[in-house]
Amino acid sequence: MSTSDVTKEGIRGARPGREAMTGAVSDGHRSRESPDRGRGGGSEFRSYYDQPVLNQITWKPQDIGGYLFLGGLAGASSVLAAGADLTGRPDLARPLRYTALGAVSGSLAALIHDLGRPERFLNMLRVIKWTSPMSVGTWILVCYGPLAGAAAVSQATGILPGAGRLAGLGAGAIGPAVAAYTAPLICNTAVPAWHEGYREMPFVFVGSGAAAAGGMGMITAPVGQAGPARRAGVVGSALENAAVATMERRMGMIAEPYKQGRGGALMRAAKVLTIGGAVGALVGGRSRTVSAIAGAALVAGSACTRFGVFKAGQDSAADPKYTVVPQRQRIRDRERAAAQEGGDGGEQGAQDPAGD
Amino acid sequence: MALDEQSGVRTGVPESAADPQDDRPRMGFFTDTSVCIGCKACEVACKEWNLVPEDGLDFTAMSFDNTSGLGADTWRHVAFIEQRAPLGAQETNLGRPEGAPDSVDLGMPSFDLPGAYTGEDERGEFRWLMSSDVCKHCTHAACLDVCPTGSLFRTEYGTVVVQEDICNGCGYCVPACPYGVIDQRKDDGRVWKCTLCYDRLGEGMEPACAKACPTDSIQYGDLDELRERADERLRNLHEHGIGSAQLYGRDPDDGVGGDGAFFLLLEDPEVYGLPPDPVVTTRDLPSMWRHAGVAAATLLAGITATFLGRRR
Repeated sequence: MSTSDVTKEGIRGARPGREAMTGAVSDGHRSRESPDRGRGGGSEFRSYYDQPVLNQITWKPQDIGGYLFLGGLAGASSVLAAGADLTGRPDLARPLRYTALGAVSGSLAALIHDLGRPERFLNMLRVIKWTSPMSVGTWILVCYGPLAGAAAVSQATGILPGAGRLAGLGAGAIGPAVAAYTAPLICNTAVPAWHEGYREMPFVFVGSGAAAAGGMGMITAPVGQAGPARRAGVVGSALENAAVATMERRMGMIAEPYKQGRGGALMRAAKVLTIGGAVGALVGGRSRTVSAIAGAALVAGSACTRFGVFKAGQDSAADPKYTVVPQRQRIRDRERAAAQEGGDGGEQGAQDPAGD
Repeated sequence: MALDEQSGVRTGVPESAADPQDDRPRMGFFTDTSVCIGCKACEVACKEWNLVPEDGLDFTAMSFDNTSGLGADTWRHVAFIEQRAPLGAQETNLGRPEGAPDSVDLGMPSFDLPGAYTGEDERGEFRWLMSSDVCKHCTHAACLDVCPTGSLFRTEYGTVVVQEDICNGCGYCVPACPYGVIDQRKDDGRVWKCTLCYDRLGEGMEPACAKACPTDSIQYGDLDELRERADERLRNLHEHGIGSAQLYGRDPDDGVGGDGAFFLLLEDPEVYGLPPDPVVTTRDLPSMWRHAGVAAATLLAGITATFLGRRR
């Protein structure tokens, strides 16, 4: 198509007024099929030269993936530490308090490092917006961080033990929010693999957080006191894997990035590690060595889950298929529903209850 | 209409919508792609006026479009689509309103019509579609909803603008935008997008792209008036048999509450790289918070349960 077909007809007529005219078209029998650029894989769709519809996520995987992992680890560790404290398991509470402080510090560092303008981090504290999980999350961390820090520092130095215990209980109370809010954080985007999983993602994340905290407890605490950590690891692993399975089933074709490529590999690794770790906790919990290995598997599995979810999100944003096909389907469903309802369902102005 | 960044605090509802109390007209764009000639004057005018940096001198090898998409340094993007589709007979002045003066030959250099020599058989079926894409300035703007600093705000014109002195480059708005408009400038860290020439509007001027558009494909004005004009244009095109013509972003009941910048397209939206049925992500946010709340309670209950029972 490089003949000199490009014609400059010359401008006919003065510059048109607002009632612009069509220079050259007519005969509007344009067929709707003929997918110019359909792709394999069963789902036919059209796109602009296969360009993604969405702009790619600018978050760096190691920063924000790490942030998701550390947030879950910190939050769940604080809950477990508070329970250990209340039930007289000091050797379990102590390392978990240190874990919580380390993890929340790391997650905050990752969050700030990921900013385009890290020196402007405090601008996050200008407003509180319920519509922005990142805003809500920042405020949760602002409440949680000092408590987790006070609990750990008091533990380490022995200063103000009463206040330290109280701070630890406070951190335990906020911990679940720290572990859970990161799910709305990523799901509240247009990224198909994240948004469409918004119902299950919080359960994936709290399960993953509990598994990681349980794993840390198993690594660090003597087996005599680590019973709750082992159970948390088992329950967390079960919850995480069940939620991932439900999520993938519900999402249909949008779940592909969780099964293919590097995202799929990470998710499979997560499954093997968390299930393996849980089995280790169940059968070999009385052995110090098995406990430590199983605990490490749980922690690593939790990290794999977060990085896998992150990668799947990136992959789903990069391929227009995951944006266009479900939206087309939604339009078709709506038109079909309208046609069934009113005989001649007008396609204009159809309400939008879809979303499924 | 204008809604400041504190809206989230006030209402707690994911609504960045225009305030009905404000009776100032909402301003916007109507981009009639049926008269776009792909000259890219809008891209150039936008860059010049807004001092937008170079966005890469790329050769995409996919069409005459070497800009490829909207981003931090591309606030207007002319999509260029080549299709094996019948153009139909060339009819100059189709849809010209009754009583309009006859067209005038300006004596511009010209060639014969494409394929005039070869005859219809060899002419083949082929057409070009061009469309100047831009930020949609949604009624329910996800970028504005998710911005944790309040850097993104809604102006008195009903448009959505980034305050660059506040943005800390968290990047949340980038995946939140269902159209892939806003993006982060790598060497700068902050996010950038079309401001609908906020600085020009205040002076009573139209945005640079609309000013530069030689065919009035880009029209700026009071949104209500633009919608009327678009409806009229659509009716006209349909009457002339162009059944594929459709308005995009015109409907105030769609997933984003209608766009402040909407389009007349001659093909399905996805062919132009637009999402066919965009939905503002924050529509589902209340449900997300509920699910997260239940999950948090589950975590608390679950870990509490691990301490129950036999001590071991």
